[in-house]
Amino acid sequence: MNNAESGTTYEIIDLCLLAGKIMLQNGAETYRVEDTMTRMAASLGFPGAHSYVTPTVIMFTTSRTEQPKLFRIAERTTDLQKVAEVNDISRRLSQRQITSAQARERLALVDDAAHAYPAWLQIVAAALAGGCFTIMFKGSFSDALPALLVSGLGYAAAAYLQRLVQIKFFAELTASSLIGLLSFLFVQAGIGVETDKIIIGSVMPLVPGLLITNAVRDLMAGHLISGLSKGAEAFLTAFAIGTGIGLVLSFVS
Amino acid sequence: MIVQLITSFIASATFCILFNTPRRTLFQCGLSGMLGWMVFLLLDSEWKSVVATFFATVIVGAVSQVFARSFKMPVIIFSVGGIIPLVPGGLAYDAMRRFIEDDYTTALQAAVQAFLLSGAIATGLVLSEVLGQMFRRGKR
Repeated sequence: MNNAESGTTYEIIDLCLLAGKIMLQNGAETYRVEDTMTRMAASLGFPGAHSYVTPTVIMFTTSRTEQPKLFRIAERTTDLQKVAEVNDISRRLSQRQITSAQARERLALVDDAAHAYPAWLQIVAAALAGGCFTIMFKGSFSDALPALLVSGLGYAAAAYLQRLVQIKFFAELTASSLIGLLSFLFVQAGIGVETDKIIIGSVMPLVPGLLITNAVRDLMAGHLISGLSKGAEAFLTAFAIGTGIGLVLSFVS
Repeated sequence: MIVQLITSFIASATFCILFNTPRRTLFQCGLSGMLGWMVFLLLDSEWKSVVATFFATVIVGAVSQVFARSFKMPVIIFSVGGIIPLVPGGLAYDAMRRFIEDDYTTALQAAVQAFLLSGAIATGLVLSEVLGQMFRRGKR
């Protein structure tokens, strides 16, 4: 492969880092981020590339003698559509269907793109999920209706507060105490029977179930640092939710 | 049972909207969630919930791999939706609430069980992945 086609070493490092950054920011597993970056580097003429990925930082080097480059990840969300698109770009790149310049152009587009679904649709989805979970956890239909409303409001509050206060822990705590309070009020008003079932269904969109599983999975795959830090993040979120609910329940009962 | 299947389908599909999975995969996400929940419900009455969760996740993992192959997308897109009904989020919440209510014995029980369940889910996913890899290697 000649240099005119693949670009300079720095451009290639930049390309790989951008791909890794998008994947990590949007909830890809650790091993997939590392795998994608080394594969892209290999297809661009650097078979000995190495990377080290944790939830907050990417380190990447093209060879043993090259100095490693570092990228800090501050914000993380879950946007699997972007993960799928980056995966697609990297596959096409290694099959030589597109050049590195085209790949960079597409990656930049993916990076700037908005989420696949608008905010209102996500709130409706959270509401539906909360209602369904109440039934799945053996709640009755009369509990599902208030759970539908409460989980939608709770998710909307969490999303709004996170933009407002920046600290995720506080946003989750406030949103879950709102969920606790609303569930209690609904039961008091005669809509719904069991406060517990309504709350469990409604907090499901906030609960870090996926994070816990990913943490255990990373640990098994040997990504010890990632596994432990994801576990800590999951624990903090569960703690925030538990505190928020507990706070309200200790006041009202 | 039918109500459970419909609600688990909707719950998985809507959860995938929260995770921004591509639009054309939503139906498959719901399907794998429904399958996992069905297997879990069938096994849960006979065995312990950890075992039931483990086998349900193996099924979810296998189905997700088939979907991932045919859509040429990462497996995580389909497995996320599939494991959503199985993850012990409610249990983790329950543990935290008991801790706050000073009921430490029950809290610790729930927390340990939540940890075991997420371990079972992770093991199930890894197992189905390993089996899939062996299967593909065997065909070559």
